[in-house]
Amino acid sequence: MKVPLSWLREYVSISQPLKELAGKLTMSGTEVKGIEVTGKDWDKICVGQITAVEPHPNADRLKLATVDYGTGQSTVVCGDLSIQVGDKVPFARLGAQLVDGHTGALTSLKPARIRGVVSEGMACSEKELGLSERHERVMKLAADSPVGVPLADHLGDAVLDLEVTPNRPDCLSVMGVAREVAAHLRQEMKLPEPSYAEEGSPIEGLVSVEIADPDLCRRYCASLIEGVRIGPSPAWLQHRLAACGMRPINNIVDATNYVMLEYGQPLHAFDFRQIGGGKIIVRRASEGEIITSLDGVDRVLNPEMLAIADSKIPVAIAGVMGGADSEVIDITTSVLLESANFNPVSIRRTSSDLKLRSEASIRFERGISPELTMPALKRATQLILKLAGGKAARGIVDVYPGKREAETILFHTSWVKRLLGTDLQREQIVEILAYLGFDCQQANSSETLQVVVPYWRVDVSRAADLVEELARIIGYDYIPTTMLGSQLPRQQIDPVLAFREELRDLLVGCGFQEVINYSMNSRERLEGTVPIEKAVRLANPLSTEQEYLRTSLRPGLLGLLKVNQKYEDAGIKFFEIGKVFFARGDDLPEEREFLVGIASGPRVPQSWFGDNSLLDFFDAKGAVEAVLGRLGMEPAFEPATEEGLYPGRVARIMIGQSPVGVVAEVHPGVAKRFDLLPQPVAIFELELESLLNCAKLRGRYRPVSRFPRSVRDIAIIVDVATPAVRIVEIIREFSLVTQVTLFDLYMGEQVPLGKKSLAFRVAYQSVDHTLTEGELESVEQEILVRLSEQLGATLRA
Amino acid sequence: MLTELEELRTKALAELSRIDNLSELEKWRVRYLGRKGALTSVLRGLGSLPIEDRRSAGATANDIKALLEAELQRKEQGLREKELVAVLEQTRIDVSLPGYPVPLGRLHPTTRTLREICDIFVSMGFQIVEGPEVEWDYYNFEALNIPKDHPARDMWATFWLDTESGDRSRLLRTHTSPMQIRLMETVRPPIRALMPGRVYRYEATDATHESMFYQVEGLAVDQGITMSDLKGTLFEFARRLFGEGRKARFRCDYFPFVEPGVEMAIDCFICQGAGCRLCGNTGWIEILGAGMVHPEVLRRVNYDPDIYTGFAFGMGVERIPMLRYGIDDIRLFYGNDLRFLKQF
Ligand SMILES: [Zn+2]
Repeated sequence: MKVPLSWLREYVSISQPLKELAGKLTMSGTEVKGIEVTGKDWDKICVGQITAVEPHPNADRLKLATVDYGTGQSTVVCGDLSIQVGDKVPFARLGAQLVDGHTGALTSLKPARIRGVVSEGMACSEKELGLSERHERVMKLAADSPVGVPLADHLGDAVLDLEVTPNRPDCLSVMGVAREVAAHLRQEMKLPEPSYAEEGSPIEGLVSVEIADPDLCRRYCASLIEGVRIGPSPAWLQHRLAACGMRPINNIVDATNYVMLEYGQPLHAFDFRQIGGGKIIVRRASEGEIITSLDGVDRVLNPEMLAIADSKIPVAIAGVMGGADSEVIDITTSVLLESANFNPVSIRRTSSDLKLRSEASIRFERGISPELTMPALKRATQLILKLAGGKAARGIVDVYPGKREAETILFHTSWVKRLLGTDLQREQIVEILAYLGFDCQQANSSETLQVVVPYWRVDVSRAADLVEELARIIGYDYIPTTMLGSQLPRQQIDPVLAFREELRDLLVGCGFQEVINYSMNSRERLEGTVPIEKAVRLANPLSTEQEYLRTSLRPGLLGLLKVNQKYEDAGIKFFEIGKVFFARGDDLPEEREFLVGIASGPRVPQSWFGDNSLLDFFDAKGAVEAVLGRLGMEPAFEPATEEGLYPGRVARIMIGQSPVGVVAEVHPGVAKRFDLLPQPVAIFELELESLLNCAKLRGRYRPVSRFPRSVRDIAIIVDVATPAVRIVEIIREFSLVTQVTLFDLYMGEQVPLGKKSLAFRVAYQSVDHTLTEGELESVEQEILVRLSEQLGATLRA
Repeated sequence: MLTELEELRTKALAELSRIDNLSELEKWRVRYLGRKGALTSVLRGLGSLPIEDRRSAGATANDIKALLEAELQRKEQGLREKELVAVLEQTRIDVSLPGYPVPLGRLHPTTRTLREICDIFVSMGFQIVEGPEVEWDYYNFEALNIPKDHPARDMWATFWLDTESGDRSRLLRTHTSPMQIRLMETVRPPIRALMPGRVYRYEATDATHESMFYQVEGLAVDQGITMSDLKGTLFEFARRLFGEGRKARFRCDYFPFVEPGVEMAIDCFICQGAGCRLCGNTGWIEILGAGMVHPEVLRRVNYDPDIYTGFAFGMGVERIPMLRYGIDDIRLFYGNDLRFLKQF
């Protein structure tokens, strides 16, 4: 909402600096987003009057105009052939700052010789003054403009750009904002009382109004003005509309818009000749009924929508837009003026169904009071009579089926302390509320007030609302600052919270960079990596790239790999903890949280140490082993297969009997689809909830032995297909063994075909004595025997 | 005999003083102290001496042996030190060469900020609670005093789930506020909770708008909670997050689920309140929305608004690092370009 200061001043006297006033409005809920000052550059520009117009001696398309500017006269060259003696115009003397008509830049006016005639000054267009884009004509000032007065004093203004919250439809009007200002300044507002002569016939005989659907229309008021002359509005009105961001159309339409801006009540003017039978019926539209709205579009209506109809057809979409057939045009002579109140929900649905928002619908959908219709109608009728002449019919049609008592609130003053933590004196409360238009009467006790809510404050209906009114006028700085002193609630900590953060820290410790991806992804990407059947689709995705809720974090991470491979030479290791979503019929989708890591590229950044190996399966597995090991878990890795992963390089991660995730390399075909560099992409996925359930089984402390440790190496030969982990498991079955480390894997000439050699370093230790050479020998022998029996292993010579 | 010993001593020491490497030293040791060395043969000759001379000669010989051994040790130590110095000198490295690369992991800036926020409120007794990202219209809007077709719904552009029937009851939560209802439905006061999470807005993205971002919601409900407590809690939060000298203020604002509703701002740390581009020339930077829990919201979860009061607040998370580090495009957060992420 844009509000010119000059307009506000018609209701309140403002002597405060503008910035202070804007600050008060902002602090009390109506944020001033900006202040546009017009005329601050209008130095050396004043009101001038044309005293003579002569042809230019050397050019047909120019004239020579003599301008009286109060303290002197000057003859200037003028390109506007329509100027006439007596016109009042903005006159710029040399040195004035003007907007260049072509470049738009602010430039200083210099003496110029135009086609041989010296011009010392200029009659300005609106564009040159920075008022609008109009440049073809010299701006014409009102006939009563005082010659010689600086233009800034005459036309200068400041326009407040206000952010009005949805609860305050009253502030979508100049009067509403004026009320706020008046309350801040502790002033009584100057209320206009519109009146006019009713010289026509009684309205009852000419117009009838019927509200067929009173649930959607609480009140309908109408006046009739006959014999109007349609024409442009006067400059002052056009300027006000323009300052508020509205386009002037003609004197009738401009008057209705002007009053809407002033009162906040949308009005509509019909060409009365086009209203069949002089009858207005407010009714639900019939199915498929068509109306051409003012913007020239054919609109198909339905019974959910409210129409304003004459005896036969709809002439307006109630509260949204008028119809083209009954539009006020140049030849209109009789105007039926509507000021009505429509159901906000209905207006909002209609305007959203028709994708048609108007200044009227914006106001109606927020809910305005039916009490507003009458004063606004009177004001508009008065204004039309003034601007377009004609005679007003006697009386006003007023159909008001939805009248209600004014809202009253029984307000106990202790509510102030209860909500704000500080007291206000009863007198203070009454005074502030009174300035805001609330009427306070003493109720049954001295601490209780009977508060009548003014009709324009549709947002106030309970004690808490009144407390806010008080708080925003006294200012929130007045409220003390205290710390919560109440009892601490019993803490019930969700174990996943700490667990998740621990995982994050561990992954960071393993050199992984955390990323956060969008929860939405494209069908194509999700389909390419995981099954799509259970994915949740959005009804209104922003794009096909974000059409589905993700069922896997994998595609997002693969996509990021692509994005970052362009710039990053070192290996990339990412992890993400986030939710995936699976449809669950009509219920909310299932949300499961995953930790996914991805690694690809050089294992170590290129350096002079010359390690050029690439990250692969074993880096992902190493990270999983490190993280889970740190959490006290002993994961087992079972060969597995899964869509989108490299066959033969996939392991299911098991904690005891529970699968908690997978570690793998991504299928090269998938990597190619993501346009990744041709190198292994290692990945691991862990499901948080399963993992957390296993983490609860953290083992007991194991005593640390005081006795010396012995280390012996054994190298054995087994079939190529024998999993290394089986050998480790068997060795670890021996209680004296404390650690088994695979330190060499060999296949080649020195072992038979189809066999591999594995070398282990085995650490032995007892908790109660020092092991003898003999004991060690015999344990090692037993190990070899067991390996031989179970795996057919032989000792490598 | 004694003269012989004396000569041996003089000669041995003279030779020793000229030795400058360990192998010569070893030869010297063999020559004088070895099994077949000079001193050993002298000692072996003692047997042929008369018994009375034997003792004094023996004592002298042992003295000389001890002396030579001590000198040998001293010399050896000296030579070894010298040799070490030479070795160290030869194994000098170029300390300007780069170290072995240790690739580091980092947390996402959003995670870091969330941790900071949570830590502050946890220290004030708030408990962290989480909930679903896909919500019912009821929790996201209805129960928060935002009925269907209410113009306030325009404040939250919404992603809806696709259904065959066109039903619009499920959505991606547009704020973390539905957690207020979910929590109050499951516990009775007193409540002090902090509810972080992802939220979604159906909005074309630009430098200041994202379709997905993080919020943190706060809720405290009990008997006797007032706006002073809200002010105290949030001002303390601002002080700890933004530093000691920062000023904070409340101004009236509208959110359908609080009454009175406020917006908290801090004074601009670029211009110190004088007005600049960052703060839109107001001198103040909006940080969060808050207010006293609306009586209708309390009633909805069967809390008696005449007995209980409470406050609630909600803030965007990305905004904080954006302000701190001067990040001018919110899309950088979930674009996950390493060149961006590496800076945090
Ligand atoms: Zn600033």
